[in-house]
Amino acid sequence: MPDLLKVSGLKIEATVYPPGEDPQRVTIVEEVNFTLEKGKVLGLIGESGAGKSTIGLAALAYGRGGVEITGGKVELNGEDLLSLSKSGIRKVRGARVCYVSQSAAASFNPAHKLGDQVIEATVRHGLMSREDARRRADHLFDVLGLPEPKTFGKRYPHQVSGGQLQRAMTAMALCSNPDLIVFDEPTTALDVTTQIDVLAAIKHAIEETDTAALYITHDLAVVAQISDDIMVLKSGKTVEHGSVAQVIEAPREDYTRALVNVRSIRHEEKQDQSEHFFEMAGIDAAYSGGVKVLSDVSLHVPKGQTLAIVGESGSGKSTMARVATGLLPPSAGSVSLGGEVLPPALKQRSRDQLRKLQLIYQMADTAMNPRQTVGNIIGRPLTFYEGLRGSARKKRVQELLDQIEMGSGFHDRYPAELSGGQKQRVAIARALAAGPEVIICDEPTSALDPLVADGILKLLLDLQKQKDLAYVFITHDIAIVRAIADSVAVMFQGELVRFGPKSEVLSPPFDDYTDLLLKSVPEMRLGWLEEVLASRKMSAGGN
Amino acid sequence: MRLNEIPLTAWVGIFGIVLTLFCALFAPWIAPYGETEVVGDVWAPASSAYPFGLDNLGRDILSRLIFGAQTTVFVSLASTVLSFALGIILSFIAATTRGWVDTGLSRLNDLMMSIPTLIFALVVLAALPQTLTTLILVMAVLDSTRVFRLGRAVALDVAVMDFVEAARLRGEGTPWIIFREILPNTLSPLLAEFGLRFAFAILFLSTLSFLGLGIQPPDADWGGMVKDNKDGIIFGVAAALVPGGAIAFLTICVNLVVDWLLKRTSSLKGGRGDA
Repeated sequence: MPDLLKVSGLKIEATVYPPGEDPQRVTIVEEVNFTLEKGKVLGLIGESGAGKSTIGLAALAYGRGGVEITGGKVELNGEDLLSLSKSGIRKVRGARVCYVSQSAAASFNPAHKLGDQVIEATVRHGLMSREDARRRADHLFDVLGLPEPKTFGKRYPHQVSGGQLQRAMTAMALCSNPDLIVFDEPTTALDVTTQIDVLAAIKHAIEETDTAALYITHDLAVVAQISDDIMVLKSGKTVEHGSVAQVIEAPREDYTRALVNVRSIRHEEKQDQSEHFFEMAGIDAAYSGGVKVLSDVSLHVPKGQTLAIVGESGSGKSTMARVATGLLPPSAGSVSLGGEVLPPALKQRSRDQLRKLQLIYQMADTAMNPRQTVGNIIGRPLTFYEGLRGSARKKRVQELLDQIEMGSGFHDRYPAELSGGQKQRVAIARALAAGPEVIICDEPTSALDPLVADGILKLLLDLQKQKDLAYVFITHDIAIVRAIADSVAVMFQGELVRFGPKSEVLSPPFDDYTDLLLKSVPEMRLGWLEEVLASRKMSAGGN
Repeated sequence: MRLNEIPLTAWVGIFGIVLTLFCALFAPWIAPYGETEVVGDVWAPASSAYPFGLDNLGRDILSRLIFGAQTTVFVSLASTVLSFALGIILSFIAATTRGWVDTGLSRLNDLMMSIPTLIFALVVLAALPQTLTTLILVMAVLDSTRVFRLGRAVALDVAVMDFVEAARLRGEGTPWIIFREILPNTLSPLLAEFGLRFAFAILFLSTLSFLGLGIQPPDADWGGMVKDNKDGIIFGVAAALVPGGAIAFLTICVNLVVDWLLKRTSSLKGGRGDA
């Protein structure tokens, strides 16, 4: 069969504006070659900055903000897209090549009905009449497993869930019957339980319509379920390119091996979990307006151990952090640390009580003041709690930087000059500087690439051993729970479904929700998706 | 910061501001004639003795310009700085404490803004004793309502960021949150506003002078000089354009410096540096 898409010698450059320096020309992608046949799926995988989205968009002959395609060829059915004129490329985009973006919620216009947006490109290109396009859209809604496919198109974006929106976007891409679809991390922003439904729908739709696809993701386990071939990218260069089976089961390169073996941290669960060092007892909480988000949740964690709270978005797990820190005083129940009951509201807590309980945020980007240097960010708790100043403070900051494995040379840098992983490390150092006894980690690794996240988890475990810290680790990722937890709490719609030692919570018999949650975590082997779909007890409600 | 990183435009601005300040500080020594001294004919044209000519009473325009820099710059600058201090502190307190403090301050601000500025100023200035301090205070309070609006809007955006929450969790007090966490992150729009407000202050001062409630004659100020000489334009005398040009010159200089500061502060955020 002739190649549908042939990319050869692709070179992409951009102009960057580093803070305080002159603009520079950088090469984002270099010497990338691949071909794609009809009906096949190629997975592009790599960490952020690897150039995978840029390559995906290059298949539409498009360069995002300041990015330019400066070399190579992108041939679709033998026609070089890069040589086409503006009007020529317009006939291709949205008709023969379509794009599904990461955040469907941000990509739909909230003022128009879904159905109209789904068929818009097809009708505008004159490929179908409005009625035919509508019929096709209804058919696609059905194929993608959306509820009430006949009337789904009459809804507005805010009336459907995130997983449904992502599928609607896939329907939009499929509507014009394109030769090629580019999926740019379509499930990254979704919960695991939702992700699996969307993955299954996408896979089914690709098979049904015999379309070729580029599937971009940073999660090797996801791409293993959906692709025929995998291309591993690092810093804009191809690391490895082969069939799924070869890349997953017999990776040739060290980097690919690291990706396959990521999340290989094993943590032995501690036996004695009876101590109630940090305890939240009988917590009820509601936001102003009376929406109840937590009801009767009781948890505890011993000194030096990790409690993982898992659940999907909206389950109330982040609210637990707000209650624990006093940002949201509970309507019933109490929070205690080391036997001492903490006042419910932040303002009533003493400086020493605040010091003992620290919080690490999900987004290190917004958790640090962009106008303060690393030295000031880490040093402020030292001055605030211990009164350290001048060279004593500087020395202590350096010790903390050493502990988070960042060494010297970072003291006077600003957050904008750090990588994502480094920022999260600085956030950890800031929490450590206070000399805490309990650290609440609110999804600290979910915004990071797998390899970087692995490093952060290892660091947290090391620090726990050194300082006998107790962690309350909020996450939606069961793999992380397996890697670091001693005890686990599963939350669903504001209630505690299951709580106990990791070995008990993660072994049968399961309640329905825990079963769904555990089975939804992608595993890095072939055929996993089919197995799970065949054996599920409960489907993710309303997704 | 290294000196060679300052762009040319900022140097022009700095030069203009320094020149104006120099004139203001050393006016009695560098002015060729006295402030109120009548040295020749009404609206005498420019000559080597009077580089900008003479004004409507035969006073040397250059000398009056140099003396006028004192009052104009001092009053405008003092009122703008005061209005920013007042507006920023009140608006940031409103944005960080929220609740009834926010509601109270905001509604009070709305009340102040609902009264036309000029009429408000005229009434207050007519009722109070006419001193420079009153003038500055009245201008500052009236202008601070605009600063409050802007300050509250930008501070609200920053106050919900995680790093502000982190500071609260640490137990920091309101002053730290306002001055260390929020202020540095709101400087860009506030500095831009400062450049504009300064220009408006000069214009407002001249408006008040025109109506007889600003700087009292025979003291020179640039706005007042425009008013004094405006009739000359009918006769083809350019005397009014000279103080007008001085106002434009100083405004542009201030804004050149502000633009440079904006660029410097926005680049820290990892932005593109073009604000």
